[in-house]
Amino acid sequence: MSKQRVIVIGGGLAGLSTVMKIAEGGVPVDLFSIVPVKRSHSVCAQGGINAAVNTKGEGDSPWEHFDDSIYGGDFLANQPPVKGMCEAGPAIVFLLDRMGVPFNRTPEGLLDFRRFGGTKHNRTAFAGATTGQQMLYALDEQVRRHETEGLVTKYEMWEFLSVVLDEDRVARGIVALNLASMEIRAFRADAVVIATGGVGMIFGRSTNSVINTGSAVCSAYRQGAFYANGEFVQIHPTAIPGEDKLRLISESCRGEGGRVWVPKDPNDKRAGQDIPEKDRWHFLEEWYPAYANLVPRDVASRAIYRVVFDMKMGIGGEKQVYLDLTHIPARLLDLKLKGVLEIYEKFMGKDPRKVPMRVFPAVHYTMGGMWVDYDQMTNVKGLFAVGECDYQYHGANRLGANSLLSCIYGGLVCGPAAVRYIKGLKKTADDAPSSLFDVEKSREDTAFSEIYGMDGTENPYRIWQELGDVMTENVTVVRHNDRLKATDNKVQEFQERWKKIKLPDKGKWANPSASFTRQLWNMLELARVITLGALARDESRGSHFKPEFEDRNDEKWLVTTKAKYAPGGPIFSYEPVDTSFIKLRTRKYDTDKNAGNDSASASAERKEVAGHV
Amino acid sequence: MSEDVILRIKRQENQGARARWEEFSVPRKPNMNVISALMEIQKNPVTRQGDRTTPVVWDCNCLEEVCGACSMLINDRARQACSALVDHLKQPILLEPMTKFPVVRDLLVDRSRMFESLKKVRAWIPIDGTYDLGPGPRLSSDDQQYLYEFSRCMTCGCCLEACPQVNSRSPFMGPAPLAQVALFNGHPTGARNRTERLRVLMGREGIASCGNAQNCVEVCPKEIPLTDAIADLNRQINVHGLLGMLRR
Repeated sequence: MSKQRVIVIGGGLAGLSTVMKIAEGGVPVDLFSIVPVKRSHSVCAQGGINAAVNTKGEGDSPWEHFDDSIYGGDFLANQPPVKGMCEAGPAIVFLLDRMGVPFNRTPEGLLDFRRFGGTKHNRTAFAGATTGQQMLYALDEQVRRHETEGLVTKYEMWEFLSVVLDEDRVARGIVALNLASMEIRAFRADAVVIATGGVGMIFGRSTNSVINTGSAVCSAYRQGAFYANGEFVQIHPTAIPGEDKLRLISESCRGEGGRVWVPKDPNDKRAGQDIPEKDRWHFLEEWYPAYANLVPRDVASRAIYRVVFDMKMGIGGEKQVYLDLTHIPARLLDLKLKGVLEIYEKFMGKDPRKVPMRVFPAVHYTMGGMWVDYDQMTNVKGLFAVGECDYQYHGANRLGANSLLSCIYGGLVCGPAAVRYIKGLKKTADDAPSSLFDVEKSREDTAFSEIYGMDGTENPYRIWQELGDVMTENVTVVRHNDRLKATDNKVQEFQERWKKIKLPDKGKWANPSASFTRQLWNMLELARVITLGALARDESRGSHFKPEFEDRNDEKWLVTTKAKYAPGGPIFSYEPVDTSFIKLRTRKYDTDKNAGNDSASASAERKEVAGHV
Repeated sequence: MSEDVILRIKRQENQGARARWEEFSVPRKPNMNVISALMEIQKNPVTRQGDRTTPVVWDCNCLEEVCGACSMLINDRARQACSALVDHLKQPILLEPMTKFPVVRDLLVDRSRMFESLKKVRAWIPIDGTYDLGPGPRLSSDDQQYLYEFSRCMTCGCCLEACPQVNSRSPFMGPAPLAQVALFNGHPTGARNRTERLRVLMGREGIASCGNAQNCVEVCPKEIPLTDAIADLNRQINVHGLLGMLRR
């Protein structure tokens, strides 16, 4: 059994922490990644990581963190794994501290913690405003250490194409594409872990990196893995617009005291910094006195939509509101938020220490993802999923700074679970006949030669842009059933147009057009899962908001959506949510989360946004 | 100023192939960066002269200058294409691959040598294990800030590109990995194997090859104090060499 090995696909925080645990268990790992793992999308996480260490004497506890997370996720997450994650938080942050993550410090030299959305506690450890980057580097370094010791083999610039399944539908390896030589090869493994992140690219421009197409996840979905809660997509309230991407302006800006406002007169011609306090409207502070600027992201994004679209109160009538840090001393800002200030400065050419930033909501995070059990295994035996690409920890809305925690925690669960799983196998991947691998490889060979043969009229990048526009317009903050139906029809039209693509590059060496064309098909498949999942769910919960069904409906919809692939479109089934620890209650942020079960104000918040057309 | 943006891009099918130049014209948009110009070309890969060509191949990922992927020569300067705003660039905008790394295709280069260097200098904290062993060592805020400066290195390669001592005739690993030694030697736990790292730097790939041209600090997009790090490592090596002699 000594030749057993595990394949991990994706080298962000979740993938690397999985690799680290498996290697620590003495099992060799092959790590596949489209990019050198140090360039994974985790670098974009800015604000921090949650852990209820309670260093500020606020009576914080892992249970309080758990309660905030379940409440913030509008009760859609199964509670046991979320509880496990919150309990592990302090140990995880201390582990990262030992690995050398340069977390900000208190005067006494302890870890500093700041506030984030959806909580009243200072619970977020941070390294400037590039916490994800710093954590990724620390894990990258630990994995590099295992690499020099021979336990980890990296396949960077390799794209995962499909899982090799045996006659019992058990994962025995993968087929992957070398993005330089365009060679397609099969690899054996006793367990396969997918850790490929979210699917933001389906929405065209988002805060995600360009590799976040969801293509790997979709390949597994097409091979029988369930995709859960696809309709739950987080829209971050504060991003800056760009032609190539919408750049995140971290929630930590509000955690450090940043305020969101618009001029009381939308036609006010003065520059933001010249508008006096009395002429500013701090709408989050007015509407949500209990949490103010630190309401969760879904609530803040809906509020901004209401201000901009329903009330026509955006700055100068545009799709913009101010996020203001100028009242905070520049020295403090540099100490705690430098990375994000630099982004605004470099891309907008203005200094946010001196002028309020202009921001607008953007697609940010994929709460849905591959269905997994509490060991992070999908319904396909031997195939695991971890990190943003699983659905496990965030319910209907993720709290800020819980993503980094869920990535690491998922890895700490998944690594040992994968090792246990392979130790229990009667047959190893080496016992599998080579024909198994040849068949899967030739299936992918054929798929690629078909792509190389595409000689129609359509350009894949144009179809992608149109997909993004349609999805962003209809399947983000406000959802209407008629528009969701129309969007699904549109996506099916894109699928027809996909078949008429002319591959713009027939080169057999380092040809991103070929791999992108394949990824585009997968994005279209997942776009249908997201859209149809949203169409089916006739309620409003967390990030999923339908004016026609403005209340949460626990009788009917306290269920996990599970999409199963079929060539004609996804087939949905639903399973109950485990709410064994925390009783359901109405979620609202104008008063304290324990204020009672009066549902009136939550529904009022939703009604107010409902007017947006 | 014209409504269109003109780009002259050096194209090369692979490392061995002959390079050629192609010129493109794309519509200008507000706050446009070099990446969005390249994305426009993808959607309509036709040169300015009207010849159909292939989309340009380049490397990028985060598009907000934290991943380090999209480094290239832009008007002769090594920098990230995402943070290169078109309005601030002289036209035609010249795009070329960095020259200190093998070209994969067009603007895409292979920077594996930098990751190999990180292995050589043992750029990690040697923790006992990933079990729950409590918090790490206490640090002052000043020490944390010092380490953070170095820890922001994205392995983007600009400093190697700018360094005259990094070339095909020299084994010099370049400024970035040296600064990582400063980072790990500056951490209370990392300092325990300080000597292992310094020993690597005393070899031919290491610090003696630095010619103190100071180009690296000038191009570093994160303004990492690379030359300060190198000076500090020189001091550390001197101390280390002295101790080594005393032990003999």
